[in-house]
Amino acid sequence: MREIVVAAALLIGTVFVFLASVGLLRMPDLLTRMQATGKAVTLGLGCLMLAEAMHFGEAGTTVRLIVVLVFFSLTAPVAAHVIARAAYFMGIPLWEGSVADELRGTEADRRGAGTADGERSDVDGPRPPAA
Amino acid sequence: MNPADSGLVPTMALFALALLSLSLLITLIRLIRGPTLPDRVVALDLMAAIAVGMMAAYSIVTDESAILDVAVIVALITFLSTIAFAAFLERGAKR
Repeated sequence: MREIVVAAALLIGTVFVFLASVGLLRMPDLLTRMQATGKAVTLGLGCLMLAEAMHFGEAGTTVRLIVVLVFFSLTAPVAAHVIARAAYFMGIPLWEGSVADELRGTEADRRGAGTADGERSDVDGPRPPAA
Repeated sequence: MNPADSGLVPTMALFALALLSLSLLITLIRLIRGPTLPDRVVALDLMAAIAVGMMAAYSIVTDESAILDVAVIVALITFLSTIAFAAFLERGAKR
């Protein structure tokens, strides 16, 4: 019984990680790629760690797995936020099918884009191409 | 224990290793192609996460839980490198 649960968790976790990498390859722009990878990887690693904890069934191993998992699920959103923020203010192109860009032209956008040199002062014009 | 001998869990762990290797290759394509630098950073981030997953699967295959210490360290260092890359990107954006 335990074997079946371990094998199922392994399979589910692996498939989620695989889907994350497929999403990274197939999605049209950076932000959609990030939303494909971020969630799928956290869930996939969670399932893999669960499989591992159940396979070994020792307190020490389980604690280490929980450390990995808690650390990963705490840092993955922070890292994704920081990267997306930096990339947005860098001026990466968004997918042409994007329907909402609420940060565009706000005070934070102007500050983040560093208008000291007037680079992004034309908030109504087209986005500048990627650096 | 012979890693290749029968049993549902070792077989599934080997399959997991194969599929994770395939995802690593797919991520590598994005790392090489990825039109902008943030794309490459995200690909690197995903590669490190896949490496952590591979360590988990490999420690099931070999029945050796010591590999998990490596996974802890890799998870730590990945976060640091991603933050460092982001700081670099934000500074570079203002040039």
